[in-house]
Amino acid sequence: MSSENQQRETLYTLPGDDLRQIMWRYSDRFDLQMAVQSARSVARGPVARLVADGARNTHEWTEEKAKLLEAFDESGITSVYMDPEFGGFIEGPKNMALALVAFELAWVDGGAATSSLAGCLALAPIHERGTADQRELYMARCVPAQPGEDREVWRGAFSLTEPLPYVGVDAGTLGGQVKVAEWPDGEEPILQVEKRGRFITNMDFANFVTAAVASDDERIKGSCMVILEESDPGTFDRGAPTLKLVHQLSSTRDPVFSLRIPAGRIIGGYTLRDGVIVPNYTHSEIIEAVFRRTRVTVGVMTSAKLLSAVEPIIRYQRQRFRGGTASTPGSPRYDLGLQQKEDVLHRLVDVWATGEAAASLGFEAARVFDLLDQLEQKKSEFFAREGIRTGREKLRAQHKMEENVLEYLKLSNWAESEVEQERLEQLKNDSLVEYTLLDSQANVLCPACKLWNTGHGANVMREAVSLMGGYGITEDCPGFLGQKWMDAQLEATSEGPAAVQRRQLSITMTNRVFLALFRKWIRELRLIAGERPGTGACNLASAMELWLWTLNHLQQAKDADGVKLYRGQRQGVTFSLADALCWLLASRQQILDLIELEEKGAENPAVADSLDSYTGFFSDLCHIQAASASGEVGRICSELVYGYNRHPAWDSAGRGSCFDPNELEVLESVIPGISGTADSYSDVVEEDFVPKKAGPCVRFDGSEDYARLRMKMEGCLTGCRLAKDRAAMALSKVMIPEALDYPE
Amino acid sequence: MNGGYQIVVCGSIVPDPLQTLEPVAGPTGPALRNEMMLPAVLDPWAAHALYEAANLAKQHSGSKVWWVALGPKAKLQQLMMSMAQKVPFELVALDGTASGFSDSWEVAEALAGAIESIPELDRDRLLLFGGWESASRGTGVTMQMVGERLGITDQFQGVDELTIESDGSLRLLERVEGGHHQVSVCGSPPVVVGWATGRLPEPPNNPQVGMLNMRTVMPALQRAKLVQLSTEGLTFHSVDLPEQRRETRIVRDSSADEIALELVDWIKSD
Repeated sequence: MSSENQQRETLYTLPGDDLRQIMWRYSDRFDLQMAVQSARSVARGPVARLVADGARNTHEWTEEKAKLLEAFDESGITSVYMDPEFGGFIEGPKNMALALVAFELAWVDGGAATSSLAGCLALAPIHERGTADQRELYMARCVPAQPGEDREVWRGAFSLTEPLPYVGVDAGTLGGQVKVAEWPDGEEPILQVEKRGRFITNMDFANFVTAAVASDDERIKGSCMVILEESDPGTFDRGAPTLKLVHQLSSTRDPVFSLRIPAGRIIGGYTLRDGVIVPNYTHSEIIEAVFRRTRVTVGVMTSAKLLSAVEPIIRYQRQRFRGGTASTPGSPRYDLGLQQKEDVLHRLVDVWATGEAAASLGFEAARVFDLLDQLEQKKSEFFAREGIRTGREKLRAQHKMEENVLEYLKLSNWAESEVEQERLEQLKNDSLVEYTLLDSQANVLCPACKLWNTGHGANVMREAVSLMGGYGITEDCPGFLGQKWMDAQLEATSEGPAAVQRRQLSITMTNRVFLALFRKWIRELRLIAGERPGTGACNLASAMELWLWTLNHLQQAKDADGVKLYRGQRQGVTFSLADALCWLLASRQQILDLIELEEKGAENPAVADSLDSYTGFFSDLCHIQAASASGEVGRICSELVYGYNRHPAWDSAGRGSCFDPNELEVLESVIPGISGTADSYSDVVEEDFVPKKAGPCVRFDGSEDYARLRMKMEGCLTGCRLAKDRAAMALSKVMIPEALDYPE
Repeated sequence: MNGGYQIVVCGSIVPDPLQTLEPVAGPTGPALRNEMMLPAVLDPWAAHALYEAANLAKQHSGSKVWWVALGPKAKLQQLMMSMAQKVPFELVALDGTASGFSDSWEVAEALAGAIESIPELDRDRLLLFGGWESASRGTGVTMQMVGERLGITDQFQGVDELTIESDGSLRLLERVEGGHHQVSVCGSPPVVVGWATGRLPEPPNNPQVGMLNMRTVMPALQRAKLVQLSTEGLTFHSVDLPEQRRETRIVRDSSADEIALELVDWIKSD
């Protein structure tokens, strides 16, 4: 990629597994590649048949839908989450594996993906924070039976808060209580659990439920999560089916539980202190550990929908006029159909570019969590070794670790002396530094991926559906695009809606380690732009600078009434800035994936010959996406920077900032020419005449810096529409299969 | 059979049949447009042979399956990510073209050489399996030539069923005209069996099997011998798409009755 304007090879075929394995960094992981193939065979086989046969048209969990569970078991999808010691086949962290499986299933149907993931979600509290006995018991029960084994496979559901609306339940508290029912002397306490769930996936067939409950008894401290089994004494009512409009291939009900369980079912165990049961983990501690991982897969699911839309749309566009009397084989109308028109191609390019960026962001988040999981153990060991136990001690240690990371980032940018080099090496090899660095990224990438992929993704899915106009919004639409559009909105809502993600981002994106890293990323993007001018990296770096300037400004600035702008309650500021950040992160990761392909693609003979065609096309997509990102960031930042100031009026204060013609006459003798140029600096107003506009033009301290950055960013848009033209042309020529590889 | 059978299956990749397959003139002769970029699948005839081999091996303890594959190494690796999960086997990989335009004799020569180099192979227990023809080349001669090259003269083509009788003999059903089978009984291995569709469905993916296979698959791919097939003496005068335009429709899991009914309707309507 030597030059932005260089003539590029066109795209020959749609990207296949060889490419994706390189871009998403699993070309050396055959366990993951096998998981992908397994999930794909289920998705494009039984899952697609169910959707095509109209199985989504009922809320009920039917026998046909239940067969999916067997397919998940047989193909190894169920055991992707299990460690090899419990019958799984993937060693180590599973975030990337789960993301890939979810991607493949959601390529066809999001509900099927949710159904498969819900079992993992139920097990996740036990996996992340359960005692060794709990892990062993439930993992072994949930792993599919091997040939020759005769036992029931247990399935789980996860029940968090989800209070029922309009039935007198406070939405701000947990919808479940626990109290001591019996406590015989010297024996384990028996607990009474009262819990109502809402939108609980897998509830039709769950044998156990991991449920969050709050104490309703002074002998139990705080909150916790407990494991409920269907055979526990009391009521295990699966409840009514949820009347979902989406994800109908997953089972969802509103259950009611009133059960007696032994205290040993508290996830992670408990400690007795002065006659009080103190759970070792509160429900929020467990949920934090769980959701920060599982939300990533939800984000990845929406990216799969976007990318899966490309092939059916191309086919639809090309075949739109075939069969009619007005087009004959060989004519442009017959061969290209709608693709004769620029608009449909440009819009499809946008869908594809968004899908690429979303997938890049999602898979990067998954990989970061895989790395983090490996390092988390080391951090725990360090804390135990150093006797760091209380929250305050942990905060202090965290602060120290952050100091080290900041020093590392500073030295990695500029380490001159031998002593500095030595220190840099020392910090580089410090696993706590690595952990803290990754943690700061994970805390941002997870909510960003969930927020942007699903939220913006749902909007772009609407665009994809609109490109299939000839089908209307029908079940006949190839690729199930209508269903995917609606499913995308559920993905934006479930596991923490957009507001939750924005709230989290508004805190984590101001972490000093993340911001130091963000500055480093800007520098790196400039270097990338120097070597690869057609990727939009320079544009993106400028947009990132603008965002950073805006954040710094807003953290200090006050509105027209003197109220601080950047604070928790001011969501118009913090949430908007969080939205803007997501665009930047997605675009950056898309560029990094392109570079990975460019660097590693040549090593794969199946890719090498056509590498230039792919890197050229993906480079254009990066450029297009970077331009969209910078446009969005510019809009948001400008609204925030200017929007909280009161517009100057033609009052005395406003006029005070303007030039008076008489004053200019005097100044002319000191500064020749000022009369001619004054109106570029401020308004020139006469006493009894003001220009027909809202007031004098806006000026405030720092606005020139902002305007300069924004102008620079917009100048960097140069070439982005040429990239779009090239990408559009490529879409009109790319070879696609004769038919979709799953039923329509 | 004491000690079980040693079953060698020959088979390689063909382009995914859903793809647009367009013959073009390449530097070394005819090829398919963008062939290296197209996703590939295991040749369906060879796949039947592999499933039958695994099934037979499972029924006779001590048996082992080798899969000898000639194809571009990178494409074979992709194929293994799904096929390795289906049945247990040991891979013997040859790195070379799997094009439908290569010369059958040269392919047979390469395959036979690879089979001969399997160290512990016992010819008295050898069952040589493969597809009776290929989805990328319908000549139906490669397996015959591999057998000839290895000196195996008991050959059966278009086989749908192989049964081991109580005395150890092999009973085979070969396809003949009119939907009938010719029944043959062969006393003992070695034999060449060119499979038609067999009787077995595609096994579901089992990642546990995949992980076991991968212990040998990846090393086999790494040490895959490079095979250069010459085009000397081979001339293609013309290459065309079939005249009948393809009307591809994806239907999975239809019963035989449903398929037959549709065919009859189609014939009647023509």
